[in-house]
Amino acid sequence: MSDHGTLTPTEPLVRADARLDQRRRFGSLFDAPRAGRVGVVLPPLDVPEADPAALYGKAHRPGVEGEVEASEVDVVRHFTRLSQMNFSIDTALYSLGSCTMKHNPRINEEIARLAGFNDAHPYAPVHLAQGNLELMWRLEEALKVLTGFARVTLQPSAGANGELAGALMIRAAHVKAGNARKHVLVPDSAHGTNPATAHFAGYSVVELASSRRGTLELSELEAKLTEDVAALMVTVPNTLGVFEEHILEVAKLVHAKGAYLYLDGANFNAFVGKVRPADMGVDVMHMNLHKTFSTPHGGGGPGAGPVGVGASLVPFLPVPTVERAGDAFRLDFDRPDSIGKMRAFYGNFGVLVRALTYILSYGHSIHEVAENAVLNANYLRKRLEPFYHLKYDAPSYHEIVFSDHRQAAMGVHNIDIAKRLMDFGFHPPTMSFPLIVPGALMIEPTESEGKDELDAFADAMIAIAKECETSPGIVTSAPHTTPIGRLDEAGAAREASRPGNFAPVLRAPVR
Amino acid sequence: MRYIPNSPAEREALLAAVGAASIDDLFATVPRAVYRTEPPGLPPPASEIEVRRDLGRVAAKNAHLGEWTSFLGAGLYSHHAPAFVSQLLLRGEFLTSYTPYQPEVSQGTLTAIWEFQTHIALLTGMDVANASMYEGASAFVEAVLMAERLTKKKTKVVVSAGLHPEYRQCLRTYLVNFPFTIVEVPLGKDGATEAGALAAAVDDDTFAVCVQSPNVFGVVEGWKAAADAAHAHGALAIGVVNEMFSLAVLEAPGASGVDIACGEAASFGLAPSFGGPLVGFLACRDAGKRQIPGRLAGRATDAGGRSGFCLTLSTREQHIRREKATSNICTNQGLFALAATMTLSVLGKHGLRETAVQCLSKAEYLKAGIRALPGPFSVAFAGKTFNEFALHCGVPVHEVLRRAEAKKILAGVPYARLEPAASAYRDLLLVAVTERTPRSGLDALLDTLRSFS
Repeated sequence: MSDHGTLTPTEPLVRADARLDQRRRFGSLFDAPRAGRVGVVLPPLDVPEADPAALYGKAHRPGVEGEVEASEVDVVRHFTRLSQMNFSIDTALYSLGSCTMKHNPRINEEIARLAGFNDAHPYAPVHLAQGNLELMWRLEEALKVLTGFARVTLQPSAGANGELAGALMIRAAHVKAGNARKHVLVPDSAHGTNPATAHFAGYSVVELASSRRGTLELSELEAKLTEDVAALMVTVPNTLGVFEEHILEVAKLVHAKGAYLYLDGANFNAFVGKVRPADMGVDVMHMNLHKTFSTPHGGGGPGAGPVGVGASLVPFLPVPTVERAGDAFRLDFDRPDSIGKMRAFYGNFGVLVRALTYILSYGHSIHEVAENAVLNANYLRKRLEPFYHLKYDAPSYHEIVFSDHRQAAMGVHNIDIAKRLMDFGFHPPTMSFPLIVPGALMIEPTESEGKDELDAFADAMIAIAKECETSPGIVTSAPHTTPIGRLDEAGAAREASRPGNFAPVLRAPVR
Repeated sequence: MRYIPNSPAEREALLAAVGAASIDDLFATVPRAVYRTEPPGLPPPASEIEVRRDLGRVAAKNAHLGEWTSFLGAGLYSHHAPAFVSQLLLRGEFLTSYTPYQPEVSQGTLTAIWEFQTHIALLTGMDVANASMYEGASAFVEAVLMAERLTKKKTKVVVSAGLHPEYRQCLRTYLVNFPFTIVEVPLGKDGATEAGALAAAVDDDTFAVCVQSPNVFGVVEGWKAAADAAHAHGALAIGVVNEMFSLAVLEAPGASGVDIACGEAASFGLAPSFGGPLVGFLACRDAGKRQIPGRLAGRATDAGGRSGFCLTLSTREQHIRREKATSNICTNQGLFALAATMTLSVLGKHGLRETAVQCLSKAEYLKAGIRALPGPFSVAFAGKTFNEFALHCGVPVHEVLRRAEAKKILAGVPYARLEPAASAYRDLLLVAVTERTPRSGLDALLDTLRSFS
């Protein structure tokens, strides 16, 4: 046990009137009518006022009924209170596996808010946007160094969008070669986005059963790898945190059938600076800048999902690419084999600025990210292994997938352990994923945690394991210290059928 | 490194605890042929001082809207962003949290998502909006795919040529592997979609009819014509909006028969940031909600009767349904949906309307000024507009831009930049104003144009 604080969760403060408090703290701005209040004042109109009613006639709308009326004070307080009900990386270790919840450096935020970046319009003439193109060019160069790929597109909006860009490029290359092919192979341990992406790219999904070590089974791969297979989508290290030891053989097998090897780069954090994916025979890989490269997760985005490709896929990159000639940069739209555009404009540019800032901050020491992420995960594994079951015990990289196997025997499940962890001040692990581990608890500490925080987290997990034996009720009824208790999520799905659940009912449906 | 808390001694202690002699031991299952022991070929680590100096120089090479009078729009408009928004966005509890899978520790994010959904539903006149999409163009594509799922076994999508060209390009990118046909309907002389051609293009095999208003030339379209054409053949009408302030003075798509509304909501307080991150939206009628892509927050109660919010109807999503999901979207635009929500909250009913009236008034002032000019310029289309219109240039467009730049004016977006192949429109310059454009700026643009006569 460490001496890191107390392990007993504190009781919630006793409040004078819980119902009043509930209304102030949990109300939405739509619940509290404040008719007549104003939050924004514009300069007086300095041109003659147009009359929208006269101009638009029947198409005129007199205003947006039901909209909020509030002062700046009301709004600032509301959102500040909301923020206080969120757990975040800035609060403590955020063990949500697969999401790489690492520290978000604030210099990244400052640089992204420089007026030249933040207040630049995407359709400004290119000669007035040279700095922005230079930034994109430099980020692509840095990602090429780290991945070994021929080119990297920065356009996709998030990891799943990058996956789709990659799958569309693979399909375009097969079509160009005369046969689009039919299937994409995906291991049963894969992220849900992989099969969803393959489907959106027009492929049927063939699932590969994992070996007893949790990795690809070469015989299973060989059996399902036919000339109809367009690509294998694989995650390295996989979602169990295990490195595919036979990745070089896998690449050879895939290439021998004329298929492409797609690497889901969600776990690049585990080997950045240590292994270049192109060296492993990978043809295409997306990177989640909001994971490996520290751009903030923002409560669910924005991310960015650049995609690196080997030389054979370069002609199919989305347009535009950024090209350099001497000191000048330009956008190249003239790429006849391109898959086209994944989104309007050039990508989540502000996220790109943050990622380049991060890469420059680490420079050639960026391999320390992977080293410390893997070290921290292995330390947690060492401390927790005596208390939680590990279905697959191959060497761990950046994350560990325990299960509730032992606790379930006492009637306590992974969801209970996750909720109880909140009382100790930590964000729960990812639950029930990957699907091949029943009762999964997927823990990813990242390199951002020091030994003291790792110990505090391990102490909490161990204390919960002991509670499961001595007083399971306190675990199954958790959390006890959060602003609300467990919500009736099945009830919420039923409520979703009631009109007005998502927005106030103001009018009769039109049809 | 400053982002790694452990000291060298602590790292040694951790290594000893796991029973490894060195870091290399932890990477033992990486094939030796690809394992790198040399540091990557990047420059040395940079301190904050050095990063500021380096990237500060890069940023300074760009024209930014604080120093220029800008008439750039074409799908991305620079409106007022209340000062508190960018400051509250930096609160770590918003900035450094993730998808609210655990509602007990995410009520802040969940309440804000529900409020975002509510604002979008009110603005568009729809029943349900989702938690956000990446941006307008991909939101549009998702709306088209959603319409196909809701109608079943139809193969044709009819799209107005007034849709932003990048939105149409994205549709082609995403639909290339589906057995669907895209039919484009031209614009009439007034700059709005040709009603007869639209009705003629729709048949029983059509699953969606897509119209943007105001369209890419700023012209206001009638939602009802599109909705009637769609419904006559069992198709759904998709209404695209990328200047959301227009909805404070113009009919809501949902009030005029449109089935799915989608587009770009960056007008609500987002900086242009060279085109991203933005915030797409997608809203629909109650009947469509089980086919909506992405995340959805709904109300729920705990055992103690306290009400809160949680993600709901998740069985539509990729992490549950995998290849049968309604979309592969996972991470969306949470933080910027929050920025839009904060901005909408403080603008409120009155601010929305006042901003819209100011935008409209300034655009009408500029159009009147152009009509009064003796020279080679005219307003290209007679159709009604909101805050943007197409300027027909009787002199080369680049010459207009160049002369304006000399006065620190960004005069507009040449339509040829958006769609080089549309030769009929190559003399058009898209000119947009917002409440931030002062009269002096409008007059300065008029002076520049006058200098050609």
